[in-house]
Amino acid sequence: MAPEEQGALTEAVFYILLALHQPRHGYGIMQQVQELTQNRVLLGPGTLYGALSTLVEKGWIEPLAETESSRRKEYVITDRGRLVFQQELARLEELVRHGKLVQRSENDAQAGN
Amino acid sequence: MMHKRVIRFFTNYEREEQWLNEMAAQGWHCRGYVFGRYLFERGEPGAYTYRIQFLDYPADHPRSAPYLDFLREAGVEVVASCFRWVYLRQAASAGPFELFSDRESRIAHYRRIIMMLLPLAVVNLAFGTRIFGHGGLTGYLNLGAAAALAIPVSRYYQKIAKLEKERLIRE
Repeated sequence: MAPEEQGALTEAVFYILLALHQPRHGYGIMQQVQELTQNRVLLGPGTLYGALSTLVEKGWIEPLAETESSRRKEYVITDRGRLVFQQELARLEELVRHGKLVQRSENDAQAGN
Repeated sequence: MMHKRVIRFFTNYEREEQWLNEMAAQGWHCRGYVFGRYLFERGEPGAYTYRIQFLDYPADHPRSAPYLDFLREAGVEVVASCFRWVYLRQAASAGPFELFSDRESRIAHYRRIIMMLLPLAVVNLAFGTRIFGHGGLTGYLNLGAAAALAIPVSRYYQKIAKLEKERLIRE
């Protein structure tokens, strides 16, 4: 993976990849993310649409063939996208682990006093 | 249905957006826009939130269609369009309405507008200064236009600078 692809994902991209572990259309992604984060992360349509185009270009997600019944375009994560998502998850777990370690030693020190 | 027409010109789209939302709060909902002429329809005060966006392509260009479909699907109504500008609204009952939810996409939007305004300002300045020496009215008009364009450009640059400052600390 190219070095420029090793940085942290934006919150929007992380949640888009997460939501697209099953096929969804744009509005479905917005709703799912809003629900999961209990209204904390509200993806603006301008931001979401731009991110979807970029992610398709990078091959992390792909549009599904449009069905005749619906003009709404659905997207789904690709294998490459899954890999990126897994790597990001590992990075986030490391952050949380280290954060908790510091928290615990602070608490222990306070309990000792 | 009660209607009214208002003629007004804005050089800063955020000011324009604010004005449309103030009108909506008073129960005047924008239903159309053509070159400085706004059509308002009387309705329930505060029923809609308005946003204005500058697109990558003209609104009637085929490449803009997927995004506009996407907006409609998300419950956003396209009220009017003018070149690459689109006037959008969403029912206030659907919750807060923001087109951009992160810093990078906001910066990109400002940059897109600057890239359109800046060449116009430069051309007007160039013509203005050339013709100015001849004492013509056109020279004044060109210089005036250059100034009118330069003001929002500098305003957008300030906004970008402010957003970029945050970039080092926060995603």
